[in-house]
Amino acid sequence: MSQTLLDKVWDAHAVRTLPNGSTQLLIGTHLIHEVTSPQAFGMLRDLGLKVLYPSRTFATVDHIVPTDEREEPFSDSLADEMIRALRSNCAENNITFFDLPSGRQGIVHIVGPEQGITQPGTTIACGDSHTSTHGAFGAIAFGIGTSQVRDVLATQTMAIRKPKVRRINVDGKLTPGVYAKDVILHIIRQLGVNGGLGLAYEYGGSTFDAFTQEERMTVCNMSIEGGARVGYVNPDETTFAYLKGRNYSPKGEAWAPAVERWRGFASDPHASYDDVVNYNAADIAPTVTWGINPGQAIFIHERVPRPEDVPEKDRSTAEEALAHMHLKPGEPIKGTKVDVAFLGSCTNGRLSDLTEVARFIRGKKVRKGVKAIVVPGSQGVSSLAESMGLAAIFRDAGFEWRGAGCSMCLGMNPDKLVGEQLCASSSNRNFKGRQGSPTGRTVLMSPLMVAAAALTGEVSDAREVFGIK
Amino acid sequence: MALEKITQVSGRGVYVPGDDIDTDRIIPARFMKCVTFDGLGEFAFADARAAAKEAGEVHPLEDPRFSGASILLSGSNFGCGSSREHAPQALYRFGIRVIIAESFAEIFFGNSTTLGMPCAVMSTGNIREVAGLIEANPAAELTLDLFENKLSIADVDFPAALPDHAREALVTGRWDAIADLLEGIGEVRARAALLPYMAC
Repeated sequence: MSQTLLDKVWDAHAVRTLPNGSTQLLIGTHLIHEVTSPQAFGMLRDLGLKVLYPSRTFATVDHIVPTDEREEPFSDSLADEMIRALRSNCAENNITFFDLPSGRQGIVHIVGPEQGITQPGTTIACGDSHTSTHGAFGAIAFGIGTSQVRDVLATQTMAIRKPKVRRINVDGKLTPGVYAKDVILHIIRQLGVNGGLGLAYEYGGSTFDAFTQEERMTVCNMSIEGGARVGYVNPDETTFAYLKGRNYSPKGEAWAPAVERWRGFASDPHASYDDVVNYNAADIAPTVTWGINPGQAIFIHERVPRPEDVPEKDRSTAEEALAHMHLKPGEPIKGTKVDVAFLGSCTNGRLSDLTEVARFIRGKKVRKGVKAIVVPGSQGVSSLAESMGLAAIFRDAGFEWRGAGCSMCLGMNPDKLVGEQLCASSSNRNFKGRQGSPTGRTVLMSPLMVAAAALTGEVSDAREVFGIK
Repeated sequence: MALEKITQVSGRGVYVPGDDIDTDRIIPARFMKCVTFDGLGEFAFADARAAAKEAGEVHPLEDPRFSGASILLSGSNFGCGSSREHAPQALYRFGIRVIIAESFAEIFFGNSTTLGMPCAVMSTGNIREVAGLIEANPAAELTLDLFENKLSIADVDFPAALPDHAREALVTGRWDAIADLLEGIGEVRARAALLPYMAC
């Protein structure tokens, strides 16, 4: 029988059926960080339980780390307590910790793939909703709550229902200046922020075939913003080439059989899906959000919607969004004044994001009055970018070059919006208060669009700013 | 670990209107700088409550008429966004024991169930009707019956259902999966032994 990748990975990891009908699913790889794990270790201690497979748990620190002054103790004593708790929990339980001095620290969803820990045909869980990122490798990866972090630590399994699968095809070639970020924002705009409830999104089609692993990660990362807890791309030669030679990738004689095994997890050609949707890459333009959820998005040349133009069920949220964003309905989004430009996050903080932007900003300057920061997703990305001269290009252009972490994606470290500042952001969420100020405003967009906003001081079409035809 | 069998939950109600209420709204990230969940209750909807105050309005969770309410009603896609268990933990510690919404985001739903806090789905029309009844009589007691799939208020019943697996887990006292999962450890090891990457 033809199977999807989800079917195959599920079958390989299903331990048994629990009394309420859920599956006890083996989680092969567990990633942890400082925010959602300390309570889980506390629960473990209360229950007198130990970590069952310490070698299959990997830790890093990302949400609370300052990106400028990184010496410890941190000036924020709460943040300092969190990193120390993670350090001691890892030491006590023999868990590998990519700590600040390791040179391998970074955002958990950037570190996993970079180290070769994220592999096809595996199950991955992490107490963070953007764990869907790892699906770019043909893994089934779940964001989980802290009680489930406890479950995975203690049993290497969790109780979960098997999702249905929606196949999302994107075919054709993206036009110049349009990126993976625009593709996922477009998909969420079309299918809604809760359109993926109970579903896994399988992304495919010629656009995805041509994507690099990093582009696939950008798309899978935001699956959860469309309500889909899991998103994945079938593994192929691009995936294997990315993984070859990485720290935790199979080596020597183990490599070839691993690739054969991985290949076998890809969905069968005639696999059946619970739903299929199709998009043409050529129809997608640079996309920006105008509201307070990632589905409230428009093409850069479109106008901010009027509440009466949106479906009745979305109207009250639209009104709330317009009030929060101080945007005028019916007016172009282009030209909206920008105070802050943030380039980074688990969505767009990878080397290719920085390389692409650097290609266009060389010799140009950030507009006076705009605070522009670049936050590499990991120390690995950072050191490569330094050695390639990218950091210098950003610095010369007037961007602040920071240390690796989640930074301004969420308000858990010193990088925060102030008051009603508007941020052009390459991150994944434009929720009210998300970037640290309850009245702060977020406009999500691709990294190059962030750079265009930084240079012009307003929401701009990067194709015009950089002369891309 | 015998857990309480959650079959019926009663309490007064509070309506927090809005669709797509995300977990950053329920508990802003800056309040998550902590190593325990203790004390999170006071930060539930912190920014929304402060914003209402600033605008000269009263947020439902600040309204003395609904003080002590334990059944929260809201709109669709409640709890979307982050996987932070801090969100249901904050609501639970605030005193909420049941959430009624048109729909729930998946991770939030699972996190809440694991705390023994039922999340029941109700139609928008009925949610508004119940909200009207609460507004008219904030002291009215609501009862969610998980066997009967209904929410009762002042002798009026409204359909309010949970998916079978969550309902089963709650009514049988198996809503925290850890005991069941631990029983399967032998099979876990056997399954793991079949997976080459687990040996690394």
